[in-house]
Amino acid sequence: MSKSNSTETREREDERGRGSAHGAAGERLSTAPREERPDTGAGVPAMSVVGWVRWFWRQLTSMRVALILLFLLSLGAIPGSLIPQTSVDDMKVQAFKDQHTTLTPIYEKLQLFDVYSSVWFSAIYILLFVSLIGCIVPRTGQFVGQLRSRPPGAPKRLTRLPAYTTWRTEAEPEEVREAALAVLRGRRFRTHEVGDAVAAEKGYLREAGNLVFHIALIVMLVAFASGQLFKSEGGKLIVEGDGFSNTLTQYDDFKSGSLYDSDSLAPFSFVLDEFVGTYEKSGPQRGTPRTFEARVTYAEGADGAERKGVIKVNEPLVVDGTKVYLIAHGYAPVVTVRDGRGKVVSRSAVPLLPIDNNITSSGAIKVMDGYKDKKGEKTQLGFKAFFVPTFAGEGKGQMFSQFPALDFPVLALSAYHGSLGVDSGLAQNVYQLDTSKMKEFKGEDGELLKKMMMPGEKLDLPDGAGSITFDGVEEWASFQVSQQPGNGWALGGSVAAIAGLAGSLFIQRRRVWVRAVRGADGVTVVEMAGLGRSESAKLPEELGDLSAALVTTAPVAPAAAEAPDTPEKPDAPDGPGSTDATTDATNEAGSRPVHPAEAPVEGAEK
Amino acid sequence: MNLAAATNESLANTSNVLIYSSMAVYTLAFFAHIAEWVLGSRSKVGRTAAALSAPGAGASAATAGKARAGGTAVLDRPEVITRSATGTRDVPDGPGAAGGTFKGDLWGRIAVSLTVVAFLVEASGVATRALSVQRAPWANMYEFSITFSTVAVGSYLVLLALKKNVRWIGLPLVTTVLLDLGIAVTTLYTDSDQLVPALHSYWLWIHVSTAIICGAVFYLGAVGTVLYLFRDSYESKLASGGTPGKFASSVMERLPSASSLDKFSYRINAAVFPLWTFTIIAGAIWAGDAWGRYWGWDPKEVWSFITWVAYAAYLHARATAGWKGRKAAYLALVAFACWLFNYYGVNIFVSGLHSYAGV
Ligand code: HEM
Repeated sequence: MSKSNSTETREREDERGRGSAHGAAGERLSTAPREERPDTGAGVPAMSVVGWVRWFWRQLTSMRVALILLFLLSLGAIPGSLIPQTSVDDMKVQAFKDQHTTLTPIYEKLQLFDVYSSVWFSAIYILLFVSLIGCIVPRTGQFVGQLRSRPPGAPKRLTRLPAYTTWRTEAEPEEVREAALAVLRGRRFRTHEVGDAVAAEKGYLREAGNLVFHIALIVMLVAFASGQLFKSEGGKLIVEGDGFSNTLTQYDDFKSGSLYDSDSLAPFSFVLDEFVGTYEKSGPQRGTPRTFEARVTYAEGADGAERKGVIKVNEPLVVDGTKVYLIAHGYAPVVTVRDGRGKVVSRSAVPLLPIDNNITSSGAIKVMDGYKDKKGEKTQLGFKAFFVPTFAGEGKGQMFSQFPALDFPVLALSAYHGSLGVDSGLAQNVYQLDTSKMKEFKGEDGELLKKMMMPGEKLDLPDGAGSITFDGVEEWASFQVSQQPGNGWALGGSVAAIAGLAGSLFIQRRRVWVRAVRGADGVTVVEMAGLGRSESAKLPEELGDLSAALVTTAPVAPAAAEAPDTPEKPDAPDGPGSTDATTDATNEAGSRPVHPAEAPVEGAEK
Repeated sequence: MNLAAATNESLANTSNVLIYSSMAVYTLAFFAHIAEWVLGSRSKVGRTAAALSAPGAGASAATAGKARAGGTAVLDRPEVITRSATGTRDVPDGPGAAGGTFKGDLWGRIAVSLTVVAFLVEASGVATRALSVQRAPWANMYEFSITFSTVAVGSYLVLLALKKNVRWIGLPLVTTVLLDLGIAVTTLYTDSDQLVPALHSYWLWIHVSTAIICGAVFYLGAVGTVLYLFRDSYESKLASGGTPGKFASSVMERLPSASSLDKFSYRINAAVFPLWTFTIIAGAIWAGDAWGRYWGWDPKEVWSFITWVAYAAYLHARATAGWKGRKAAYLALVAFACWLFNYYGVNIFVSGLHSYAGV
């Protein structure tokens, strides 16, 4: 709490600069929290616990601390974008950990792999939101109070306000005030007459918008947090013709929030009837997907009626609050494996993973059981598979696909036998063949047995060990099934936030006073002045329009050369920034703010 | 089919020619602006100094001015007198780069006309690029960059057309546009090519276009902020009795006053902030449809968030005692730096789902 004197004074000056410079007139043009002054009693942490708590609360809900917390929040978000995050990409985190053995323990301590759920990041935003609530509640109360009360009376010297105008008229003062009331009301100002002047105010929507915005932020945070806690998200790869029903065991992988309850999985099922991908055939756009859709038949509930649906990349299927997204697609060659006696051991469509935009794919075909070698002993078969939907042609470069559609499909296989290692207890990647416990089948040249096949072709394993036939190609699609409650609230909150923000930033809250008094020469002197939250180019313009409207009822009187009542010239020697503002301010720094109703009304004194 | 493809390629080439031509015209505009500044310097300067060092400094106060109202001049309409808020220096705006000289002004007008021409050429370059690929031209950094500078110049011209006092942005804007286009055509250039399927969505139009508009307009605000900082030091030096260098005086003297520049940047930033908020939310909705989650702390999302919070901090600073003025201005620059990093840094150095930089 030690602060240099100079900043202290500057802050105090600044505060005077804000509205309060105009005394009660600028009072409560905003509900922004008053800055704590370090030198006042309240600022010194009192001895008692209550005192401390109160002090802490005041600090937390001050604008300065809100600002610092906002700044910390943005600083705190940075490391998460530069260091791989577990929640975003687990594999990358693992790779990073393998590479940086010295940094890893430090990063782990600092929770830098889980920045957005770390203790320190949560602390920042929780403090910010506590501060926000602590700020909104009193501000809302204050604002409601302002809506109930009336705009404050005119300050003594209107000439000091940011926009000012005056003229002399033959009309009676009462008449002028009457007209002013009518003009201002016509423009939807809240208006009333105090003494010899009319006080008016407009633009309350600014404050309302600001409060709505801040409340919407809370709604969004709560929606987001509950979404994180209750969400579930799983992935599933499905080959054409296969189906899925929404139970935990069916997922390839599954993640969920900490409060998620697996009973809440929506009961539905679907079958992938067909995957359709078409691509631009020529031109610079060659290969660009034109259609990309999964046609499904789905049923809601345990045994609901079957319905047809289409899932596209940006158009998920929504069933019972759960969304099914199309994430990826690829090819699954259908192969039949036979043993030495010609008996079919397995026949299946094996999904392969795409490795480029033209869907060159790779993967593994594994025959786990059912196969017996020549001697009748059980063993396992494995094939490394490489697939291109459109082959370049024999001898033309490497085996990479030329086009994503199935124009010239070719499957290349190399064959192994032995143990696939699936029983080792370690999780195995289905798309990779672990050949550490396998032996190569040898071709006639004594090298690894390999063959490129077109649909219908067959690869014979040596010495009557059987064969594998490439029957055809199916397509597969992978889906993400996610359920995240709170989306509606988050969306509602964000719409409210934008609306509130627009109100808060585009609407000016301002006050206008019109004073009409009879001068010594019997002619009425009209003075008008305006005051806004911040300086606005529109305020003088508006005042100009208002005065123009008023002039129709109170026309400018023929110039009276030396009218004794002419208000002092605006460029009086005491310019802005000097102390005069505070001499007539009723709430000089430190003193009790004056309620407009009690503010001295000048007309009454005259 | 082949015929169509051929047209597309020739359209792409036309687009490149147009972009290069616009660079040539911008270069001419750049020299015209330089001429404006050089020839304008022969004018009488020292108004600021006079305002600040007159007896009873700061007291020349209340710049009287008739409020423009509705266009029709009301003859016996009372004159509205304005005065600056307490705490700000009361200094008149500078006369602009032309410094009130005829020659300077002529070159300034030539510069603006050339900028208009360059803008039209560049805009058609962007449009033909869009036609050549038959989609919104925002799929890689080359396309972002050319659209970005087009929008920045367009916004500037709109402000000019609205008769706002913004000609002082001309030189810095044209300079940076040349820089932006230079980088675009050399290091960022990507042949017109395919769109990844996730970008096939009308959200591309909504989300990316507003993102580019926000950046371009935030940029104008940032230029204002930087000039505010310079001009503010200049004014405080004068106010404290110092004598700034001749060159500094000549340049600073012609800029609008610090408080006008500050207000300009505030208005720009405040006006764009809701749009930026919308951009992020639109992005979240799109992410929800395309990737199955609306917020996943992807680097691009993180930096949009950081930028947003930084601008929110700036807006707060302006309402916080002790943080107005220069401190708030620094925050505004930090916020814009975040935006820039999100645009260049994240695309180039950080890999994430938004990896369509094409570099
Ligand atoms: C969650 C983080 C917050 C964000 C993103 C945020 C954002 C904003 C924005 C964008 C504005 C509009 C600025 C303007 O009207 O000029 C604003 C105004 C305001 N905020 Fe916040 N705010 C946050 C937290 C807080 C907190 C914790 C407080 C209380 C201490 C607070 C108090 C205010 C006040 C009083 C204003 C009105 C300022 C004025 O009238 O100019 N805000 N805020």
